[in-house]
Amino acid sequence: MNARFPVNKRGLAMAALLAAGSLNAQAQTELTMYYPVAVGGALTEVIDGLVADFEAEHPDIAVEAIYAGNYDDTRVRAMSAVEAGDAPQLSVMFSIDLYELIEQDVIVPFDDLVESDAEREWLDSFYPGLMENGRLDGQTYGIPFQRSTIVFYWNKDAFAAAGLDPDTPPETWAEMAEMAAAVREASGGEQWGVMVPSTGYPYWMFQAFAFQNGHRLMSEDGTEVYFDDPAAVEALEYWVALADEHGAMPDDTIEWGTLRQNFIEESTAMMWHSTGNLTAVRNEADFDFGVAMLPMNTQRGSPTGGGNFYLFKDASEEERRAAMTFIRWMTAPERAAAWSIETGYMGVSPAAYETEALRDYVEAFPPAAVARDQLEHATAELATYQGGRVRRALDNAVQAALTGQMSPAEALAQAQREADAALRRYAR
Amino acid sequence: MARLTSDRRMQVYGALLLLPAAVLLGTFAYLPTVATLINSLFLPGFRGAAPEFVGLENYALLLEDRTFWTVARNNLFYALGTIPTSIALALGMALFVNARLPGRGLVRMAYFTPTILPMIAAANIWMFFYAPQIGLFNHLLGALGIEGPNWLGDPGVALGAVIVMTIWKEAGFFMIFYLAALQSIPPDLEEAADLEGTSRWSFFWRVTFPLLMPTTLFVLINALINAVRVVDHLFILTKGGPNNATNLLLYYVYENAFSFFDRTYAATITVVILLVLAVVATIKFRVLDRRTHYQ
Amino acid sequence: MTTPTAAAVASRRFAIRLPGLETTAAWLLAIVWIFPLLYAFWAAFHPAEFMVRFELLAPLTLDNFTDAWEQAPFARYYVNTFLLVTGIVAAQFVVCTLAGFAFARFPIPGKDALFMLVLIQLFVFPEVLIVENYRIASGLGLVDTIAGIGLPYVASAFGIFLLRQTFKTIPRELEEAARVEGCGWMAILLKVYVPLAKPTYLAYGLVSISHHWNNFLWPLVVTNSVESRPLTVGLGIFSAPETGVNWATISAATLLSIAPLLVAFLLFQRQFVQSFLRAGIR
Repeated sequence: MNARFPVNKRGLAMAALLAAGSLNAQAQTELTMYYPVAVGGALTEVIDGLVADFEAEHPDIAVEAIYAGNYDDTRVRAMSAVEAGDAPQLSVMFSIDLYELIEQDVIVPFDDLVESDAEREWLDSFYPGLMENGRLDGQTYGIPFQRSTIVFYWNKDAFAAAGLDPDTPPETWAEMAEMAAAVREASGGEQWGVMVPSTGYPYWMFQAFAFQNGHRLMSEDGTEVYFDDPAAVEALEYWVALADEHGAMPDDTIEWGTLRQNFIEESTAMMWHSTGNLTAVRNEADFDFGVAMLPMNTQRGSPTGGGNFYLFKDASEEERRAAMTFIRWMTAPERAAAWSIETGYMGVSPAAYETEALRDYVEAFPPAAVARDQLEHATAELATYQGGRVRRALDNAVQAALTGQMSPAEALAQAQREADAALRRYAR
Repeated sequence: MARLTSDRRMQVYGALLLLPAAVLLGTFAYLPTVATLINSLFLPGFRGAAPEFVGLENYALLLEDRTFWTVARNNLFYALGTIPTSIALALGMALFVNARLPGRGLVRMAYFTPTILPMIAAANIWMFFYAPQIGLFNHLLGALGIEGPNWLGDPGVALGAVIVMTIWKEAGFFMIFYLAALQSIPPDLEEAADLEGTSRWSFFWRVTFPLLMPTTLFVLINALINAVRVVDHLFILTKGGPNNATNLLLYYVYENAFSFFDRTYAATITVVILLVLAVVATIKFRVLDRRTHYQ
Repeated sequence: MTTPTAAAVASRRFAIRLPGLETTAAWLLAIVWIFPLLYAFWAAFHPAEFMVRFELLAPLTLDNFTDAWEQAPFARYYVNTFLLVTGIVAAQFVVCTLAGFAFARFPIPGKDALFMLVLIQLFVFPEVLIVENYRIASGLGLVDTIAGIGLPYVASAFGIFLLRQTFKTIPRELEEAARVEGCGWMAILLKVYVPLAKPTYLAYGLVSISHHWNNFLWPLVVTNSVESRPLTVGLGIFSAPETGVNWATISAATLLSIAPLLVAFLLFQRQFVQSFLRAGIR
């Protein structure tokens, strides 16, 4: 028993120290945020740098930015932190997590916090195409930050070798299939014509095909999906035909994670991939490449993708104001421009493209503007209630069709049934 | 009287010694097991509402869930694919290393090294082998003029590819148990066999192999458990795809719990895993321990 | 089980001379088995374009390692894994020693039934129960802490079992001698049993270290941030195909994560193998 006394004394001293520490900290508002990185590069460093700059400008706010892995990891991490009663005040999460976050009742709309006209203006300063995934029932829950679309990358050297005009990318589905087959043939089977990734985010790529065929896969309110529509079936048939009929794409699934390496190693002449890969491709490719909008069938189109800022519910008024300050700072045109140059993600507002930095950059490196220009043809990324299950149903259908386990029509009909079952409780 | 109290004291003392382990086991083994059983009887609350008791409805859903059956079948094939081969290889390795062999230490090290790598690291390395077009396997096959398959992207091949990696990872671990067993076989048996002119082949099948039976059973139990327990590599290699072709039970639990946020359905699948483990445990305690009794 | 060393000596004496064919097969298999690791070394020490181009004169580089080191907080992951592994092993030693001692020497009512109950944990691992264990860890505020990763493994049935077996083999006379000297139960445990069980502790310790160094699923579930994330989870996140990072960098990161254990294994090979054996044969 005697032995315990000194420990107690030390414990007291510790407690005093801790109390002093927390007194100090009260002068500061402490924020925690999770963020993902879905495409290559040392982006965590860039974020840390931005956070440090912000803290230097706002000494009264401290931000702890936690890199949580890819989008799925980040969702799991943030949700588990909420469950453990340790919710962050804000986070960058997948734009399509909106429904899940609303269902779990953990986020608040930005509209609740907007006070001044300047703030209202800020809320309206982003590209409307990027706001689609962040709005529900007239409220804004997500502010675009690391946003991307799918763009078309092509190897100009390979085009030239196949006798194609190296500066003209395919405009239509038919042209792409033709050109891809031409490359394949000219290379004597050494090089594939085109690769569209079908692991990781198959539903996202499929959305692009469907939208190019004039079809949107889900309702505005996230309670219904339209996977088995003839236009969707036709879109999947085209995707499958790229391998089966045109012999321009390898059979079976194509790995999302290694696709960039395939392109760099010139094992494919064209690829569809996130704009987020732009900077990495630029740094690693030792051939001439171009970036263009995706080809079209009845219309151009690509879903948007990527991460939005969300405000979490479990925060004091003060913390929310601080979070708002931070988000406004991070999405200001200069930062958006710098972030875009650094990563290849889009500048999220027209004003970002008007900054000197980004204007110069786009001028020197025109591919950087493709994603922006394609925005006018963009559609929201597949987002519904029960998103995990619904997306998985579509992923499986795409993979089943590409691997020849089912016909596109069968596969999509099954996905429709599964999604309907998952959504049955949400019909309005 | 004094003796009784001292017995009593011993009992209390013993119980106290057990206490920390009991509390921890209670918290992280028994309580969650019971909670899993209970939660499998609920549906998650709709839009944040409290979970709803539904009896056996989750089990009915499970029986109709085609993905579940695919996954269960995959797991069975995975077990059948990994266990016999890695046991046979382990035995072969042990025989090699037990014999007089130049560079025996190096060979043994080569066999055993995969065992101490994390599954995640092993999967990272094998990812490079399996990548179509640019991966190592297809490069080597290409050099021979064969067009290699899309190892992880073809549902007909993907599970096999995962199995091969698992065998590579496990065989060396099982080898050392065989090695120990071989070294404990009395050498005079072999001497006698030599004198009688028995061929090595029949000596192996008639003497060595039966003597190794307890080891084989022990290794088998371990392999069975691992076939259910270890799914780390799926996170890197396939994420259960394409179209669930490589999905395994525990990975499906993870998906349901942490991607679909359906904890009660995850609990239901966990119950199935627990049943499988219960069967394995019964085999162990009933069959194996009858042979190698350890009191 | 007889002690392998004595038997090994004997069997070596009578080992059959291997025909050339078997030697070749043994070596071929060994090369196949070690090849993936050698390949990882090749990939990590050469520029990315030599991933599948084996040229003897390909330039060596350490860039992949510096890239990997810069792109993820591996230093922090090392610290976390180190704390995790030492913490778990230390706690396991204490808890399992006490329980093993109780099972070996104390007349507890229903002891056999209790022991069977403990053995159940040989089959029901924390990772099988991720869903509920996660909920419990979350309720106890253990999510995203190193203690949260480790605690479910502390009361290891395997450790309790091993130590119980070892303690049972220790002759009671030694205990009596200590008691004559006036030792209490704790002193007897510490002065008689624990020193004599040293080989068991070494064996169990090494097995436990390798297991927890490599463990992935439960740490993945229960950690949220760099502060608690161990190497395996860090590596998993780093190389999840979504990031699509450079292969050479992933190879370097992979080697970084396995290096300490691999080096330890190569240095203390015999102890490792003996430990796995001792721990495995029950």
